[in-house]
Amino acid sequence: MHLEVFALGDSTWHRTDPRVKLLGTAGFAVAVATATRFTPLVFALALAAATLWTARLDRRKLWIRLAAVNGFVLFLWLFLPFTTPGEALAQWGWLTVRREGLELAAAITLKTNAIIMVTIALLGTSTIFDLVHGLVHLRVPRRLVQLFFFCFRYITVIHEEYVRLRSSMRIRCFHPRTSIHTYRSMAYLVAMLFVRSYERSERIYQAMVLRGFSGTFWTLNHFHMHRRDWALSAGIATAVGLVLALQWGRSVL
Amino acid sequence: MHISEGVLSAPVLAGGAALTAAGLAAGLKGMKPEKVPQVAVLSSAFFVASLIHVPAGPVSVHLVLNGLNGLILGWAAFPSIFVALTLQALLFQFGGLTTLGVNTFNMAAPAVLCYFLFRPLVRGRSPAWAWAGGFATGFLSVGLGAALIGLSLALTGEAFLEAAGVAFAAHLPVMLIEGLLSGFCVSFLRKVKPEILGVTS
Repeated sequence: MHLEVFALGDSTWHRTDPRVKLLGTAGFAVAVATATRFTPLVFALALAAATLWTARLDRRKLWIRLAAVNGFVLFLWLFLPFTTPGEALAQWGWLTVRREGLELAAAITLKTNAIIMVTIALLGTSTIFDLVHGLVHLRVPRRLVQLFFFCFRYITVIHEEYVRLRSSMRIRCFHPRTSIHTYRSMAYLVAMLFVRSYERSERIYQAMVLRGFSGTFWTLNHFHMHRRDWALSAGIATAVGLVLALQWGRSVL
Repeated sequence: MHISEGVLSAPVLAGGAALTAAGLAAGLKGMKPEKVPQVAVLSSAFFVASLIHVPAGPVSVHLVLNGLNGLILGWAAFPSIFVALTLQALLFQFGGLTTLGVNTFNMAAPAVLCYFLFRPLVRGRSPAWAWAGGFATGFLSVGLGAALIGLSLALTGEAFLEAAGVAFAAHLPVMLIEGLLSGFCVSFLRKVKPEILGVTS
C-alpha cells in the first residue's frame, strides 16, 4: 500500500526542514481556522494555492484529493444557505436563500481549501518518518511519538495481512452481501487482524529487548537549519502575521 | 466520522483540543514501554479496518470500530484514535489538523465509556451476554460519536442544526452494522485470543 503519495520530489518544500514545516502548518492552520473576515480568508487561499503550486506535485492526484475534501463542503452548501437565520436574498417556494448562510458557506469553503492546500504542500512533501523525527525535536511527548512511529510502520504490514485473508476468502467463494453471514465473516476477518497484530507486537517487543531497548528512542541524526530554512521560516511567519493582522487589525491594510 | 477543517468555531476547536489533551494524558500515563508496540500495532489494525467497506443494502459503509478499540485498549483508546486520525489527516486529508482535538474526543470518549460499561459483560462467563456486550459497544459508540459530532456542529452555530440532524440520521444503519460486527468480533476473540480483551488489565 503506497501511502505517502506526495512525499517524493525535488521542490523547495521537499528539501525544507520538517520542523519548519510542522510549525508553519500549525501556525497557518490555527490563524485561518479562527479567522472570520473575508479579506484574510481570500488572502490565505491565494497564498495557499501559490504554495501548493511551488511544491510541483502530480496535478491529477492533487485534483482528486481536493475534490474528495470538498465533498463535505458541498454537503454543507446543501443546508447552510437555507438554514442560517438572516436577511432573505431570494425565495423559491418554501426555500429561502439567506445572505448570512451564503457567507458562512463561502467562508468555510475558503478555510477548508486554504488549510488543506498548505497541509499537502508542507507536510505532504515530507515522509512520515521525517515528520516523526521532527516531532521528537519539537518535544512532543516521547510515548506519543513512539506510538505514531510504530503505528505508521506497521500499517502496510497489517494491510498485507488483510489482503491475504481477503483473497483466501475469495478463493472460498465469499461474496459480500447485506446478510448476517457477511457481517459475521467480515467480523471474523477483522478480529483475525487484531489477533495477528497482537502476536506481531509481542515479537516486535521481544526483538527490541533483545537489542537492548530500555524505553528510549535515541535520535542519531539531527536536523540542521540552513539559510534557506531560516528564510522560509521568516516567510511563513510573515504570511501568518498578515492573515492575523487582516483579521484582527483595526485598519484595513 | 470526522468534521473537516474550517467548519467549527474557535471555542469548539479549543474545547475539543483541551478535552483530547486530557484524554491523551490519561491514556499515556502509566503506559509501560512494553505496551507501546502493542497499542501501536493494534492501532495500525484499526487504521486498516477503517478502510474496509461492508455492504449495507444499496450502498456500502466503512467500518469505524471505535467502540471495539475502547473495549480492547481502555484509556489508551485516546492515543490510539489520535494517532490514527493524525495519519488519516496527513496521508489522505480526511478530517484535518485543527479539528484533531474535536474529532479524537468525539470518537474516543464513547470508546472509553463503552470500556467501562461493557467490559465486565464481554469478559464474563456467558457467551451470549458477551456477544450482547459487543453489540451494545458497537451500536452505542457509533451512536454517541455521531451525537457528539452533531453537538460540535450545533455548538458552532444554530445554522448547522439541520445538517447535524441529517448526518446523525445517516449513522443509524451504521450503528446497527457496527453493533453486529463488534458482537461477532468479541465472540471470535473470546474463543481465539482471550488475552486481547484483557490487554489493559
